[in-house]
Amino acid sequence: MSSDRLAVRKTYKLYVNGAFPRSESGRTYEVTDAKGHFLANAAWASRKDARDAVVAARGAFGTWSGMTAYNRGQVLYRVAEVMEGRHVQFCEEVAAGEGLSQSKARAAVDAAIDRWVWYAGWTDKLAAVLGGANPVAGPYFDFSMPEPTGVVAVLAPQQSSLLGLVSVLAPVLAGGNTAVVVTSKERPLPAVALAEVLATSDVPGGTVNLLTGDAEELGTWLAEHADVDAIDLTGAPAGRAMEFEREAAGTVKRVLRTPAQEPDWTADPGLSRMTPFLETKTVWHPIGV
Amino acid sequence: MTSSTRAPFEYAPAPESRSIVDIAPSYGLFIDGEFVDGTGDSFKSVNPASEEVLTEISSGSDADVDRAVAAARRAFTRVWGPMRPADRSKYLFRIARLLQERSREFAVLESLDNGKPIRESRDVDVPLAAAHFFYHAGWADKLDHAGLGPGPRPLGVAAQVIPWNFPLLMLAWKVAPALATGNTVVLKPAETTPLTALLFAEVCRQADLPPGVVNIVTGAGDTGRAVVEHDDVDKVAFTGSTEVGKQIARAVAGTRKKLTLELGGKAANIVFDDAPIDQAVEGIVQGIFFNQGHVCCAGSRLLVQESIHDEVIASLQRRIGTLRVGDPLDKNTDIGAINSAEQLARIRELSDYGEAEGATRWQPACDLPDRGFWFPPTVFTGVSPAHRIARDEVFGPVLSVLTFRTPDEAVAKANNTTYGLSAGIWSEKGSRILKIANQLRAGVVWANTFNKFDPTSPFGGYKQSGYGREGGRHGLAAYLKGNDA
Repeated sequence: MSSDRLAVRKTYKLYVNGAFPRSESGRTYEVTDAKGHFLANAAWASRKDARDAVVAARGAFGTWSGMTAYNRGQVLYRVAEVMEGRHVQFCEEVAAGEGLSQSKARAAVDAAIDRWVWYAGWTDKLAAVLGGANPVAGPYFDFSMPEPTGVVAVLAPQQSSLLGLVSVLAPVLAGGNTAVVVTSKERPLPAVALAEVLATSDVPGGTVNLLTGDAEELGTWLAEHADVDAIDLTGAPAGRAMEFEREAAGTVKRVLRTPAQEPDWTADPGLSRMTPFLETKTVWHPIGV
Repeated sequence: MTSSTRAPFEYAPAPESRSIVDIAPSYGLFIDGEFVDGTGDSFKSVNPASEEVLTEISSGSDADVDRAVAAARRAFTRVWGPMRPADRSKYLFRIARLLQERSREFAVLESLDNGKPIRESRDVDVPLAAAHFFYHAGWADKLDHAGLGPGPRPLGVAAQVIPWNFPLLMLAWKVAPALATGNTVVLKPAETTPLTALLFAEVCRQADLPPGVVNIVTGAGDTGRAVVEHDDVDKVAFTGSTEVGKQIARAVAGTRKKLTLELGGKAANIVFDDAPIDQAVEGIVQGIFFNQGHVCCAGSRLLVQESIHDEVIASLQRRIGTLRVGDPLDKNTDIGAINSAEQLARIRELSDYGEAEGATRWQPACDLPDRGFWFPPTVFTGVSPAHRIARDEVFGPVLSVLTFRTPDEAVAKANNTTYGLSAGIWSEKGSRILKIANQLRAGVVWANTFNKFDPTSPFGGYKQSGYGREGGRHGLAAYLKGNDA
């Protein structure tokens, strides 16, 4: 890069309903790199932004969950393809935000892209693995199948700003849910880069909504929101997880609890992040002539 | 408002003998394999069909719950946890066989304590309870093959609180999977229906089940709270109202306890214009009047396509006119007693709201016994989605009828509820059934049938009807930990 050219900097915004709005509150907050140097002013999402994001996610639920599993898999694979093309950008964002060496940042980005590929391959296998025919004692064909829970609020991990984020978001989408994600508060910039990928990967608008800001305040509003069906508390701030879980009980939300410490995101997640956001539907149909 | 519908046949009384049951004047708690006196106040269990006092029941205090949980923990650590899975399996097979052997005794006792018709306790509750133990017995030594990841492990001590509508069957739904997966149990039966759980304790003794594996602590809400909130409990399973389910979810927030909830419902039963009407009418009756409508998955919202509304209602009223309401022990009885004075008051209150809000009440001419708690089968027509009888769970023999014109409208109305436990579809067109079944946000969908249950078939709700499944391979996950459980 020639040294005399003045760079064009990016405005980091929210990602809601397929568009990139600023916070309706007009609030921003300063994001620094691991050494404390200024990186950007990120949008500081408000309660209204969170509510708008829930409306968008609810609106997209029919579209996303109604697509064939094959099609959803192709879209998630497309996310990996587009991310691969922006590999250098993601490495720079992750290295700056998390204070990682180039090689460690590269490993995190590689793993994040590969995780999309892994979950892309799950979409059309879940029903076979988690559903099936039930041999009831009567003249009925009885079968069970997994269905998405609906709108899932995700408090993304605070430390792992890209691999952690993808590791909690992709399983929610693979099952057919739509998501409202609160990003890492101090390391939100890779999430905004991811939003730009999602916006150009045939993910229907509203399917994923990314809010940069403070999980401590946004978490409360999402936990008590009556049109949120489930909440992943992985990135809930210490000391608030129990309160969020209590608020979620008011509408019988499915809750994925906060782990004692942030998990090792390179480990094989199995089905453990998909099944909490899947319902089982059982259908009985008579057999006769 | 009643209309007279003549019963086509006269029936002679055909009562099942109650001599097969032997009810003691009082019962203690079943802790660590022994019946012990509770330290809380005792209370009376009443036959809801006659208001006769059946026996005195102990109420478990916090100290009693402590003892029960300690016994369950000991049994888990020393006996049941380390036991060979094949042996756990054999104990469950024994229990299944004992339930079958003593099935008539259980059926009569259930009808006496709960008020449900003997036809149902004999043909549904007790055989299904035995089937649940038989089914889960087979799982105990096959958990590695259940698709829940490698080497799934039991959670430990399960606290289980069950309702009064299917006392023995709900016990089976809770206890069988818990034991099959290697957990031990502290079970709190419903306040008004503890007797079959106490008889089940005797079955555990006949099976030589090791002490402490199953503990039964009777009592009311405070006892249930003590069981659920006990620190040394690893798992909470609750079936009951959505309101109490929310309290329990709040209480376990921030703990390690794994929670499953099976809560209320307000199921839509959708009848399309191509449905076989006579068959649908039988299904509507079965959907709402089975067990006096004391069923969380009852088909309490009938959605009829507008073009066949009058025909369906006329046929339904004719059929309801032939239902026999009365003595639960009479083998001809279709509708038994309402379980308690409290529940009867709630049914009356919501029904009165139905009329006050503008719906039309219809009840057949039917003689109700002088003593006991009774409510006639009731149909409300002209119900709007905003009416309380279309939104609130009545948990009684009260059907609300709404209409629709298009399949989209049927789905929108069916899903317009905070609940999502079950639904019914009546149509001769297979492709329509599968499309509508896909669109309904409910955990169990019955097509051209209703209120069918089987231990192999997962049961549980969407939305505020709860989470987790009971029955089938899915039900095991509620009691195991592991990568995919």
